[in-house]
Amino acid sequence: MDLKLKIWRQAGPDAEGKFVHYPVHNISKDASFLEMMDILNEELVANGEEPVAFDHDCREGICGMCSLYINGHPHGPDDSITTCQLHMRKFKDGETIVIEPWRAKPFPIIKDLMVDRTAFDEIIQAGGYVSINTGGVPDANAIPIKKENADLAMDAAACIGCGACVAACKNASAMLFVSAKVSQFALLPQGRVEAKRRVENMVAKMDELGFGNCTNTYACEAECPKDISIANIARMNREFLMAKIC
Amino acid sequence: MSVMYSSITKKIWMSLMGLFLMIFLVVHLGINLLLLFDPTRELFNEVAHFMGTNPVIQMFQWVLFAGFVIHMFLGVVLQIQNWIARPKGYKVKASSEESVFSRYMIHTGIIIFVFLIIHFANFFFKAKVFHSIPEFVLDGTPTGMEDMGILVMKLFELPEYVIGYIIALLVLGFHLDHAFQSAFQSLGINHRKYTPFIKGFGHFYTIVITAGYIIIPLFIYFSK
Amino acid sequence: MTKLDSKIPEGPLAEKWTNYKAHQNLVNPANKRKIDIIVVGTGLAGGAAAASLSELGFNVKVFCIQDSPRRAHSIAAQGGINAAKNYPNDGDSIYRLFYDTVKGGDYRAREANVYRLAEVSNNIIDQCVAQGVPFAREYGGLLDNRSFGGALVSRTFYARGQTGQQLLLGAYSALSKEINKGSVEMYTRREMLDVVKIDDKARGIIVRNLVTGKLERYGAHAVLIATGGYGNVFFLSTNAMTSNGSAAWKAYKRGAYFGDPSFVQIHPTCIPVHGDYQSKLTLMSESLRNDGRIWVPKKKEDAQMIQKGKLSPVNIPEEDRDYYLERRYPAFGNLVPRDVASRAAKERCDEGYGVGNTGLAVYLDFKDAIKRLGRNVIEARYGNLFQMYEKIVDENPYETPMMIYPAIHYSMGGIWVDYELQSTIPGLFVGGEANFSDHGANRLGASALMQGLSDGYFVLPYTMQNYLADQINVPHISTDTPEFSETEKDVQDTIDRLFAVKGNKSVDTFHKKLGLIMWDYVGMARNKEGLEKAIMEIKALRKEFWENVSVPGDKTGMNVELEKALRVADFLELGELMARDALNRNESCGGHFREEYKTEEGEAMRNDEEYMYVSAWEYKGEDQEPVLHKEPLVYENIEVKQRNYKTA
Repeated sequence: MDLKLKIWRQAGPDAEGKFVHYPVHNISKDASFLEMMDILNEELVANGEEPVAFDHDCREGICGMCSLYINGHPHGPDDSITTCQLHMRKFKDGETIVIEPWRAKPFPIIKDLMVDRTAFDEIIQAGGYVSINTGGVPDANAIPIKKENADLAMDAAACIGCGACVAACKNASAMLFVSAKVSQFALLPQGRVEAKRRVENMVAKMDELGFGNCTNTYACEAECPKDISIANIARMNREFLMAKIC
Repeated sequence: MSVMYSSITKKIWMSLMGLFLMIFLVVHLGINLLLLFDPTRELFNEVAHFMGTNPVIQMFQWVLFAGFVIHMFLGVVLQIQNWIARPKGYKVKASSEESVFSRYMIHTGIIIFVFLIIHFANFFFKAKVFHSIPEFVLDGTPTGMEDMGILVMKLFELPEYVIGYIIALLVLGFHLDHAFQSAFQSLGINHRKYTPFIKGFGHFYTIVITAGYIIIPLFIYFSK
Repeated sequence: MTKLDSKIPEGPLAEKWTNYKAHQNLVNPANKRKIDIIVVGTGLAGGAAAASLSELGFNVKVFCIQDSPRRAHSIAAQGGINAAKNYPNDGDSIYRLFYDTVKGGDYRAREANVYRLAEVSNNIIDQCVAQGVPFAREYGGLLDNRSFGGALVSRTFYARGQTGQQLLLGAYSALSKEINKGSVEMYTRREMLDVVKIDDKARGIIVRNLVTGKLERYGAHAVLIATGGYGNVFFLSTNAMTSNGSAAWKAYKRGAYFGDPSFVQIHPTCIPVHGDYQSKLTLMSESLRNDGRIWVPKKKEDAQMIQKGKLSPVNIPEEDRDYYLERRYPAFGNLVPRDVASRAAKERCDEGYGVGNTGLAVYLDFKDAIKRLGRNVIEARYGNLFQMYEKIVDENPYETPMMIYPAIHYSMGGIWVDYELQSTIPGLFVGGEANFSDHGANRLGASALMQGLSDGYFVLPYTMQNYLADQINVPHISTDTPEFSETEKDVQDTIDRLFAVKGNKSVDTFHKKLGLIMWDYVGMARNKEGLEKAIMEIKALRKEFWENVSVPGDKTGMNVELEKALRVADFLELGELMARDALNRNESCGGHFREEYKTEEGEAMRNDEEYMYVSAWEYKGEDQEPVLHKEPLVYENIEVKQRNYKTA
């Protein structure tokens, strides 16, 4: 298939960016989206042009490195997958595809379609852990955990930290990301010990970094490649409220 | 000042005030509907008089007023922060929200605010500030109460006012449709068993409120 | 030969590690603050080690190639992690896990290391649960286990099909906690390009900042490399795009011996190759073999019809299906170790029974499991994997059997290390997949996660301390020394040389060519002529690379093509060493299968008389033949047998 690509090119963090049009030809419908980008880059390199910079690594939907805002959707038009799992059969021959970087103040652009998501690491560093050291822990079966809670914690823990929630949110809010981590630990007895401190510190860091406020539009849930539920946001609100009241 | 508070604190206040205002809307609608059932306007005016003079209600009036101010102020602050959070927008706008109205809360909110000013000018200020409302006369006997009812009837005989009112109320409906379930979500109330009910009830509430308010001008206009 | 001292502690096998810990040197808390440690890589081994070392009080500098330490490729491990907890009461023990691992590795691993691994496996599960890793549980609230290839017990703990992700996020959370405390400095988007030695000790590294393009120097009292494996030498593998062998290769060129480079694992259940534009292969978890049955058509005509797209597998009657693993290995059936399953698939396809449009695929069928357990149970167990398959292949595996084919997955070989995980360069430690590890010639499923975390949480924090105990008087390492300048210049020269070529072929062209040579001659089945040919062809390709590679862009700033070129330049050398090692080893063992050495039934035939050793290669300089050192393997606690998966 032949496609018209409109790609955001930006030389560096402070450079002016613009959309550049690239036609690509003879793309197999079985190719993945990133393989299509590889083909484009091979062509650009062959012509002595700078290839398009974009983040990617595992190419199997788990590392969370790939991003790309494709035709108005983070990770493209297909549901429950990352960009690297998106295949060209989801597009029509001759279609125009607009590819933009994640846009949010706390995610500054590094180059072209690559953004800096260190802000997510900083939020985790503010409290996304159980404060125990290696060694000296009880036997793994010492604390029985309700299967339902373990499953819900796993649902939340499936977050890959890609930032699609922020990219999708009209307010560039990071609530889904933060709440997934807060929920995972809030649901488990190991995490309850410092639940209050955790939610307060992580929310404070999220605000400090300049993410927007949640207005419950649920775009995050709709675009999340791992189907993280907004029930986690409610749980975080609850945790936060209880932390402040108690 | 409230800029200092965390985003979730603001959201929680926003939802509490919103829910409070939603209760007020029910009470207000209840009183308004009295106009439909009592052509003499006696019931309506009596309740209006009670609301305007009872000391407890008078006190609550200020709470309500504060509720409005906090809700609007927080709404504006949150929105400004949200605009700052994404200085450069997308070329292709996203369309993945579950609720279309959630995208336009600030816009519907501002329209409701403008409506509120007009509404205040027409009723509240006339009653409370200018005291320019005629006395209610029932069967030739002056009652000592203000005739709020006639004020309403007169306004709703003007087609332009009726149209404007209906539009404002539709906008309010859009606002409420997202607001109802959103308030519960902000307060952390989300449960796989009960949330579908809350959402359903939110739509029901929105339709009842919007339709309830809209029926009154239509009824008055067409029965004049 | 003196350099190859494995430092295995004295005493009975079960007491070696306890004895080591009881007698090792420690650093007192006040002195730990004066000592710097560099950790390269933030996967299970690197992340866990960095966090644990920081908790002890050392200053740790951590480097990763991605934008965040949470993205290391350990994250992609699906199936699970082994431990000898014996929670299911099915007869497991530390000894049995040790035994299975040594046997699974075809008796080419060091006994003491493997025993230690099995010993600390239980601590790993305790540690991860305490961190809040949401392992799968039973309704009673206790941990669930499942079975995996190469074992007769259920000892694998798992978190859906994302065990690696959850364990890595556990290590990442511990690391984040330490970063917050201020004792870990995190450097992201950095690629290590060389080791700096001062007085023959590892004292620092040179990295390239992938955003600014600048070379940076970092010094420390000790360096830990945990940069994963080199499977990407085959171009197509299940490894991530940035996974590479350069850090290990640079360590080798600075004097660390390379152990068993030819031992790579071919994973039997990957989605088959579908086109020449393909960038990577996707793994389907081995756990699928618990319920899926592997087959090809019994009749060659059927296979040919399927290849042409004229016949659907669902229309092949039961009696015309060849469940070849169940047929050949009745005791283990579909759960034979990976190397055995991979070779059996290749054997069928080579004979012309393969399916798919290329004829290079076999079926993994869930029809019987769905009939037996119901679709819901299968969906709960493997739903995410089935969905992933459908997104890629565009076929519904609930209805049509999945197609799978072996692909490069893991490298058992790596930098040679002693019992302390220290390489032949003093102060240079190597952990996780990057070392020639505890898996011998073949790794069992769910053992990589175990080894990474064992090294990171429970081994390196002890053994590195033992080394550092006499370093307390060494001041912080200055990077303003001739040694750092010279090493940085070497790196800069390589970069300059690459730009100077100004050829007209892209880096990927060379990488793909190298991949084909490796797959054809140094892949699943190897022989003398092929390996000799491979060595010649790699040499020629390397020559062509340095004459005709095109690296566009600037030396400064971000340059993805340059990054790739540097990695491929190293792969072009590493591939040759792999072929050399495979040529040297005149036997078949585990993942290393030499066609000349097999039993009449086609099974791998070891030669314990001559090859029961770890080959450790020493670099002698460019265009010099490397020198082979041998670390003999002594089995005192295990009876060495022919691996047999036909009967229990």
